[in-house]
Amino acid sequence: MDKIVVEHLNLRYSDGTESLRDLNLVIPANAITALMGPAGGGKSTFLRALNRLNDLADVVAQSGRVLIDGKDILEPEMDVIALRRKVGMVFSRPLPLPLTIYQNVSYGLEVAGERNREVLDKAVKLALDQAELWDEVHDRLSDPAEALSGGQKQRLCLARALALKPEVILLDEPTSALDPVATAKIESSLSELKKNYTIVIAPHNTQQTARVADWVAFFLQGEMIEFGPSKDIFTRPKDKRTEEYILGRYG
Amino acid sequence: MKSDKLITPRSSAYLVERIGFSTLAILSFLLAVPIIGVILYIIIHGAPAISWEFLSRMPSDGMKAGGILPAIVGTFYLTLGTAIFSVPLGIAAAIYLSEYAPENRLTRIIRIAIINLAGIPSIVYGLFGLGLFVIFLKLGTSILAASLTLSIMTLPVIITTTEESLRAVPYAFRVVSTSLGTSRWQTIRRVVLPQAVPGILTGVILGLERAAGETAPILFTGATFFLPQLPNSPLDATMALPYHLFVISTQVPGMPIQIQYGTVLVLLVFVLGMNIVATVIRSRARARRQW
Repeated sequence: MDKIVVEHLNLRYSDGTESLRDLNLVIPANAITALMGPAGGGKSTFLRALNRLNDLADVVAQSGRVLIDGKDILEPEMDVIALRRKVGMVFSRPLPLPLTIYQNVSYGLEVAGERNREVLDKAVKLALDQAELWDEVHDRLSDPAEALSGGQKQRLCLARALALKPEVILLDEPTSALDPVATAKIESSLSELKKNYTIVIAPHNTQQTARVADWVAFFLQGEMIEFGPSKDIFTRPKDKRTEEYILGRYG
Repeated sequence: MKSDKLITPRSSAYLVERIGFSTLAILSFLLAVPIIGVILYIIIHGAPAISWEFLSRMPSDGMKAGGILPAIVGTFYLTLGTAIFSVPLGIAAAIYLSEYAPENRLTRIIRIAIINLAGIPSIVYGLFGLGLFVIFLKLGTSILAASLTLSIMTLPVIITTTEESLRAVPYAFRVVSTSLGTSRWQTIRRVVLPQAVPGILTGVILGLERAAGETAPILFTGATFFLPQLPNSPLDATMALPYHLFVISTQVPGMPIQIQYGTVLVLLVFVLGMNIVATVIRSRARARRQW
C-alpha cells in the first residue's frame, strides 16, 4: 500500500545550503524505506518536508505535492499540528526535553489535552515497551531524562514519538551518536515497529542501510537517482552513481 | 632529554604567565575594595542608629528624631507598583521579540528604542513622568504616577535580560517540541519559559532593585518631603528612602549624622538583599541546568 506519494517536490532554503529537485517517489506502508547518499544530498530536508518541520526553517521556494493517505500535506491550510502527531520524528542528536523520563513520553499527549492519569500511564508504558526501554527505566520514571545513557536517551526519543500513536515515523540518522550495542537495539526496535508503522529513515551509513532497509532511495545533491527494493539496489543498481556510492567510491 | 626541558617549570614562559596572572588577580581584588569599603563604612556608622523605633516609627521633631517607617513603606509600595506594571509588560515584550517577531525594520526600530531607553538619564524619566502621568493623565504626584515612571525606566532591563534568557534556551528544544505536535505558544509555555525562569527572575530583581534606589524619577512624580501619616491609596504621594535621604542630607539643617547613616544602611540592605536573592536564584539554576 502506498502511504506517502511525492510528486515533483522542489524545495530551496534561502541560504542555498540544501535543496531538493523534482523528487518523485512512492513510500510503501509497513516497511522501512531508507534514504541513502552522501551528506548534503537533501535527506534531512526531505524528511523535514514530510512533517512540515521545514516550516521552522527559511524555505524560499517549495512546489510539488506530498500526499500522505491521499491528502496533500504541503497545502497552506494543512493542520500541521495534527500532521506532526501523525508523522513522528527522531533526530540524530538524542535530545530529551528537560523533563523527567515519564514527562518526556507523556509530553505530546499532555499538550494535546490528555489529562486522564490512567490513559497517560498506559500510553507511557506502551511507548516505552515499543522502544524496548521499559525494563530499564520502569522503576525510575520520575528521574530526569538527562540521567539516561546516550542509547537510552535515543530510545526515549523514539518512545516520545511513539506515544502519540503516529502512522509514520521519520528517523534522521538516529544512531549517529550511539555505540554499536545501542545502535543494534534501535535497529531491532525498528524491524519490530515496521509491522505497524511506515518508517522512513536516513541511516548514518551504507551498512546500516543494508541491514534495516526494505526499500532504498539514493539521494545525490538534492536529486533522487534511484529507488527500489533494498536487495535490487545493493545487488544490481541501475544507475552507475548508485553503484559507485555503494562501492564506496564517494560519500 | 629534550622533552623534559619543554615542561620544566623554570622556563621563562612559565614565569611570565605567573606574573601575568598575579597582576590580574591583584587588579581584580582592587576592584572589589571600594565596594567592600563603602559597605563596611556604612555598616559601621549606620548600625548604631538602627533600632526597632527607628524602623517602626514616624519621623518627629522636624525629622531630626523618630523613625523612618513611612520612607520604608513608601519604597516598598513603589517597588511593588513598579513590579506590577513592568514585569508582565516586560516579559510579554521579550517573548514577542525573542519568539515571534520577524526580523524586519519594525523589529529593529523596537530594539533600538529599548536600547536607547536604557541610556536615558533618570532625571529625564522624572520630567517625562511629570508631564505624562502627573499632569496630562491627572494622576497627581502619587504612588501610581511614580510607579509608572519607574516602570518605564525598568522595562529595558527586564526586556533585555528576559530576551537573553529565552534565547539561551537551545533552539533544538523548540524543534523537538514542535515535532511532537505542539503549537508555538505551547512550546514556549511548557519548554522554553520554565527553562528561562531563573534568568528572567534575576533580570526582574535587578531591574526592580535599580527602581528602588532611584531618586530622580520619583522626585516630581510621587515622592514627598514629609507626610504625617502612611499613604493609604495609590493616588497618595509617599515618602521614599532615596528621596528621604536626599532631603535629610541636604535640606534639613542640623540633621543628626547618625540618622543619615541609618537611612543609608536601610536602603542598602533593601537593595543588596534583592541582589543577593537574584544571585542565589541564578547560581541554583546554573547548578540544576541540564544543557
